[in-house]
This record gives sequence, structure tokens and C-alpha cells, in this order.
Amino acid sequence: MRAEQLLRTTPAGLYCPAGDFYVDPVRPVARAVITHGHSDHARAGHGAVLATAETLAIMESRYGQNFTGAEQPAAYGADTNVNGVTVRLAPAGHVLGSAQAVIEKGGARAVVSGDYKRRRDPTCAPFEVVPCDVFISEATFGLPVFRHPPTEDEIAKLLRSLKTFPERCHLVGAYSLGKAQRVIAHLREAGYHEPIYLHGAMQKLCDLYERLGVRLGDLRLATPLMKIPLTREVFKGAIVLAPPSALSDDRWSRALGDVVACFASGWMRVRARARQRLVELPLIISDHADWDELTQTVREVAPKHLWVTHGAEEALVHWSNTQGIAATALNLVGYDEEGEGEPPAAPEPAS
Amino acid sequence: MKNFATLLDSLAFQPQRGGKLRLIEAYLRDTPDPDRGWALAALTGQLSFKHAKAALIRGLAEARVDPVLFALSYDYVGDLAETVALIWPAKPGANRARELTEVIETLNAAAKADIPRLVESWLDALDPDGRWALIKLMTGALRIGVSARLAKTAAAALGDKEADEVELVWPGLAAPYENLFAWLEGRAERPAGIARAPFRPVMLSHPIEDRDLAQLNPHDFAAEWKWDGIRIQAVSDQGEKRLYSRTGEDISAAFPDVLELLPENAALDGELLVWRDGEPASFNDLQQRLNRKTVTKTMLRDYPAGIRAYDLLHQGYEDLRPLTFRERRARLEKLMAVAARARLDLSPLVPVISWDDLQSKRSNPPSPAIEGLMLKRWDSAYLPGRVRGEWFKWKRDPHLIDAVLMYAQRGHGKRSSFYSDYTFGVWKGAELVPVGKAYFGFTDDELKQIDRFVRDNTENKFGPVREVTHTAETGLVLEVAFEGLARSARHKSGVAMRFPRINRLRWDKPPRDADRLATLEAMLS
Repeated sequence: MRAEQLLRTTPAGLYCPAGDFYVDPVRPVARAVITHGHSDHARAGHGAVLATAETLAIMESRYGQNFTGAEQPAAYGADTNVNGVTVRLAPAGHVLGSAQAVIEKGGARAVVSGDYKRRRDPTCAPFEVVPCDVFISEATFGLPVFRHPPTEDEIAKLLRSLKTFPERCHLVGAYSLGKAQRVIAHLREAGYHEPIYLHGAMQKLCDLYERLGVRLGDLRLATPLMKIPLTREVFKGAIVLAPPSALSDDRWSRALGDVVACFASGWMRVRARARQRLVELPLIISDHADWDELTQTVREVAPKHLWVTHGAEEALVHWSNTQGIAATALNLVGYDEEGEGEPPAAPEPAS
Repeated sequence: MKNFATLLDSLAFQPQRGGKLRLIEAYLRDTPDPDRGWALAALTGQLSFKHAKAALIRGLAEARVDPVLFALSYDYVGDLAETVALIWPAKPGANRARELTEVIETLNAAAKADIPRLVESWLDALDPDGRWALIKLMTGALRIGVSARLAKTAAAALGDKEADEVELVWPGLAAPYENLFAWLEGRAERPAGIARAPFRPVMLSHPIEDRDLAQLNPHDFAAEWKWDGIRIQAVSDQGEKRLYSRTGEDISAAFPDVLELLPENAALDGELLVWRDGEPASFNDLQQRLNRKTVTKTMLRDYPAGIRAYDLLHQGYEDLRPLTFRERRARLEKLMAVAARARLDLSPLVPVISWDDLQSKRSNPPSPAIEGLMLKRWDSAYLPGRVRGEWFKWKRDPHLIDAVLMYAQRGHGKRSSFYSDYTFGVWKGAELVPVGKAYFGFTDDELKQIDRFVRDNTENKFGPVREVTHTAETGLVLEVAFEGLARSARHKSGVAMRFPRINRLRWDKPPRDADRLATLEAMLS
């Protein structure tokens, strides 16, 4: 069997005809392999879902117990036979439980990266290079202008701003799955042990991370404290984490007083993006590979064919072709090319 | 360079005027001479380097980076300086980063042939923020939401002074402004004797709606035509002559033909226009003369500029600004009776009988170079800024057509992630022909709606341009407002619009009901 025949694109997403299953389908299907818990990849309503135990737990926390007909947890590195096709999950380093789907039959191997990054993340297992014939890579930050600086520098920037503006609340916009917990974990590593306050939309996933063994330290819910003038004092010089949509929702953030609006996202690399969101302190922290990580990964995986999905496909395809690796853009629809994979959270009333 | 880069960076992210002021003031307070003076020169747009242009920067980047990757990145980022700053490949072990003063003095002194090599070595030594600041500095377009006025206000605050006091001495100063800082910090006298022909902050108007008129008494107001050029201030003072834009930018060097017309010892407020056969010509003609640092003989011959005067602010030693408009107008008429000449004349008043009468005059102005009427209270003093209730502009109603969105392109600058540049067309038979492009007029919310529509209805991609579904049944109808129409050989449709903008989104209207080319052609005749 040729590796290019292992997968093809359909309106529901990437489909493996030999194994009759989909990877991260955007519509309900009978059998799905889910790479990670972000809602544009992990949707409810499939007949059966094969994923890591962590991803299944995240889906259950978001969609409730009956999000699928049958849960099939798979550990990293374990083979599962799906209608004669071998499926194995390998760590992707994107968020807790995130995996690449390694798909093999008759000596041919395709790897679907899902979303991934290469730099260290204290909240999840690091990306594993799996050599293969066809590598399907994301390209959210697939332009050479995206080079994320060292995470420690960005965390230091936030801590420095806290010292400069000790009377202002630092409201950090961060996606509630993965980014929020990672920012907290990095802050703890940098020696910040003050309580960190959470928007209500963050709480469930932070609790889940703790249950799954990721230590996040002293976390407190912000909303109840925002209702009383006396307790609002705690926000002075404190860090509050909220979903990005809450940054622009001043009905919610009003009670925090004078805030420094921060946003932890790879998009913050481009000034115009940060300015559009009225961000005062951009923190360039991303759970996606930057340009150097993407090209490093393609070099290391060294596939015969590179298929590029959601994001800036064109540049990575061009680069790959100049490196002698045949590349094509897959026009998969339904994945969020602008966000980092999260829908806006429902607004939370302040008082 | 590091501190200057940090300043520019934090200014770029500071949305509030007050916050920007604090940042600049703190920088000027904490930074020694002459670095702070050069920074002030950069913020007020006073720096210009002959040999360090955008094309040079672009060339350096393209020599280092794959041109396809560069083009894709530039299209995405929408700003050359930022694209180059981010895409520049890091070079470990490069030279040390330079200080601001050293960079500026080196650029001013270096031979043209040496500049690329110098700039390249600086780019290697700086981090992305430093590279961005360096490129912004060299190419002179900071675009960080700081006007010259704001920077001067921050400087004035060092000495608890008003911006106008700095404005008065400013024309006599030169970067790096050590005497200015010495005065502001109380270490020296006010820089004196050199402040000839200063700029005086301009009085601006509010737009008026038809319904507001009912509240106003026509007898309280003088009316005059609003000419379609650019508002300027022309000052002559003991032999020194200067022409300023309404923001106080000195544009004298590009308009020697205007300077020679000015009467002695007077400060005029007026409209800069290009003259043709003794009459003001179209804004198109004036545009040939704008945004230039110098001017050629051919330009002077083909597009001669002049002034139509609105107001008199200063005469001899007398500041007329506290007087009423009625008194100033009398003084202006008296002056112009002797000073008027070819390309320098008085903007005539329009008699005010009633609002209805004025309304009909506004709809049928005597010259195509008129864009509406100005209403000024007879008893208004000349006050800086947009003073409420004193002056109003009453523009002509725009023309409106319903057109269909055909192509969209990502915007630049602060809208770089949105599809914000639109090409729209009208029906010619069963086919849509493009008739114009617009990239403003919509609200932020409408922009998001159109952006969403473009992404969901893309038929084709041509580089940065997306072709959007535009059939008789499916598509987005845009109500486009524009000021005028001219024949054009450059456009397939044969017409070109002046100042087109998106007036409204017509989600309710199917594309087949959009306007036809014949409607536009009828406007031409």
C-alpha cells in the first residue's frame, strides 16, 4: 500500500479508507481518532473516539459524559488495530494529552501531527519525532516572521510589569485549555507563588489538570471577589487569568480596576494584532510550533511527502519544496486558522 | 537604541493619549542629551535620511531571505519595517548595538555607498524590537499614534509648560534641541530671537447634520465655501516666510511658489489649492504637489499652487485671534484688497438668508472645487482645536450607489489581519464590472462582518487578493458613497470615483438588484 493512500480529505475531515476512521473530523462520524482536546479538533457526537485518556477526560469535562458512544483510551506508544490499520499515538507537546496520530498499514506510515510545538512545556509530554512517509503538519504560524522568543523571557516581562505597576491588576488573556495552565506553571517555575485569580471559564480545566497531576499552586476564583469593594483590593498588583474574549469585555473586567491588558498568544508577535485587541502587554507565548520549529520538524521527520493544513500553508509548502521534500497544501475546512483553536467563552456577568 | 526601541514599542501598545504622554515625558526626563533630542526629532517627524529609504531596507532583507517567503510575510504583516524586523535571520556573535545618537550621526555623515553595509551590521546586532525601531527611524514613518503636537506637549511638561509655548519657539530650533531642554528644565533662558514665523494651532470645525440646523439662528453665522484643497497656515514674519499644514508640519520647502505670494508680516489661515486658468483646480491636481520634500520646475509649471484666504490670525505685532470673526474678516478683507494677486485671493462669503436658501446653494456650488459650506459664528474668537458650537462644516451630500463586492484584500497597518480593501462592481448586461475600491467608511463591527463573509465565500485566491462569490443571487451588496465621478481610461468600466467609501452593508439586497453602469454613466453627463 502506498502511504499517500492511507489518508484522504473529505468534507468531514481527514479520512482513512482502509481503517474506515477519521482524524479530528469536523462533523459527527462513526469512528474518530482525536489528537487533542481543543474544540475545533475534538467535537462531540462521534460513534467511537480513540484518544489519550487525558484528551478523553478533557472532552468529557467540556461536553459531558455522553460526548461519544464509545471511548477508546490509548496510551502513548501503544498500537491499536482499527480494521487492519495500526493506529498509535505519539506525544505532540501541544497541550495535556495531545498526540500525533501514527497510521500504518503494509509498511506504509502516515503521521497526522495535530497541533504541536517543540519547546518545553511543563504541563505536557514533549513532541516525539516519528519518521514517516507522509507527514501532515499544521502551519498555524507558518511564516518566517513568527519566531516565538524564549518563554522565560515573556514570563519575566510579565513579572517586571507587575513590579513597575504594583497598583494595577494584570489581566492576562489566555486560552482556557492548555495556555492558561502553561502560563501558570511557568510563573510558578519563575518563583511566583502568589495566588493567581481565575475567570470562571478557566476553573474546570485547571481543576482537571490538577486531577491529572499537573501542579498549579494557589488558584482562586476571581468573580466572587469582584462583587465586593473590600475584596476587590486583592486584584491590585495581582494576576488574573481570563479567556481572550473577556479582555475586551469591560463589563466583566471593570471591577478589577485599572488593568494592564496582557494577552498570551503567538499572534502577539505582530504589533498590529496586539493593537487591534488593545493589548498593552503582549506576551508571545504559543502552544503552536513557530517557523523554526516547523522547519526543524519537517527536517527531522524527513517525510517523502509533506501535507500542510490549517494556517499559512503556502510558505511552508514553498520552503519544503525548496528543500527537496514534495509538499502540498490540504485545504481542510472547519479548523480555526486565526485563533489558537478556541471558541470565544461565554461572557460571565460580573455583578 | 535599546531605550528608544522600548519607548517606541510601548507607545505602539499604549492606546490612551494620557498614557502616551506619560511614556514620552518619562523617556525625555530619564534620557540624557543628545539622545533624547534625537528621539524628540524622530517623534516630531523632523528626521530625514537621504540615502536610507524603504527600498534599501527591503533590498537588504530580500538578499537574506527567500523572496517568496518575504513576499508572503509582508502581505501578512502589512508593514515593511515590522516584516523585516521579524524575518531578519539572527546572527549570533554580531557587533554590539549602537546608541541612538551614534546611529543618527553615522547615517548623516556616511557616504551613500557605505550605508547598506552599515545598516546591515546594525540589523545584525539588534533584537527584533531594536530592528523595528531602527527601520522606523530611518524611513521616517513611525506610525505609532503619536503626533508632533503630542510629542511637544510631553516635552513642554518637563518644564510645566503648555505645548503652545514650545510651538512658539519650535521653528527656531534644531535637533537635538539641547537649548530647548535647558530652558524647560530651568537651566537657561527661553531660546529667543529665533522664533520667527511660528505656527499657531488651528481652529477646527464640527460636522453639522441637517437636523442640527433647526437649533441655530442663521443670523449668528457667516457662511463661506469649503474649498477642496488642504487647510494651511501661511506665516510671514520680518522676512521669514513659512507654510504649515494644519497639524503644524512645516511644508515650506515644497511650496516656494506659494511663499513668494505672501504679504509681509501676516499670518493667514486658508486653503492650499492648485490654480488653473485663474480658478481652483481639482483635488487630483493638488495631490501631485503633496507629500513631497522638494519640488521640480516642471511641477511648479504644471501644477502652480496658491492660497484662498479664510482668516487673518496675526498682523504686524498684533495677535488678532482674540477678536471676533467679524472683526478679523474686516481686517482680512482690508489686507487682501491690496495683497490679492494671481493665486492669492479672498475666499468669498456666501450670503445667509435662511438655512433653506443656503441648502440649495450648497447643492449647486459655483465650482467643482467646492466640497461644501463652512458656517462660522460672527462672534467666534480664533481658538485652538475643535471648539464646540463655534464652527461647522456642512459638506455636500455624497452620491450613493449599490455595488457588489467582487474582490477583497487584507488591509495594512492596524487592520492587517482583516480583509478590509474592497473592489466592487456594478452590472453591465449580465456581467459585473469593477468600478472602484474602498477601504474605509465601515464600523469595526461591519468590518468583522465583511471579513467573515469574505472568508466564507472565497472563490479564488490570487496572491493576497481573494475573489468573493458575486453572482446575481449570492453576494454582498455594498452601499458606496462617493464625492464625484470622472471619466477614466485606466478603469475597465471607464469611470473613476472620488473618495469612495462603504456607507452601509445591504445584507437585505440580492446582488441582481444592485445598480447598473448606465446609472453611473448618466452622472457623467
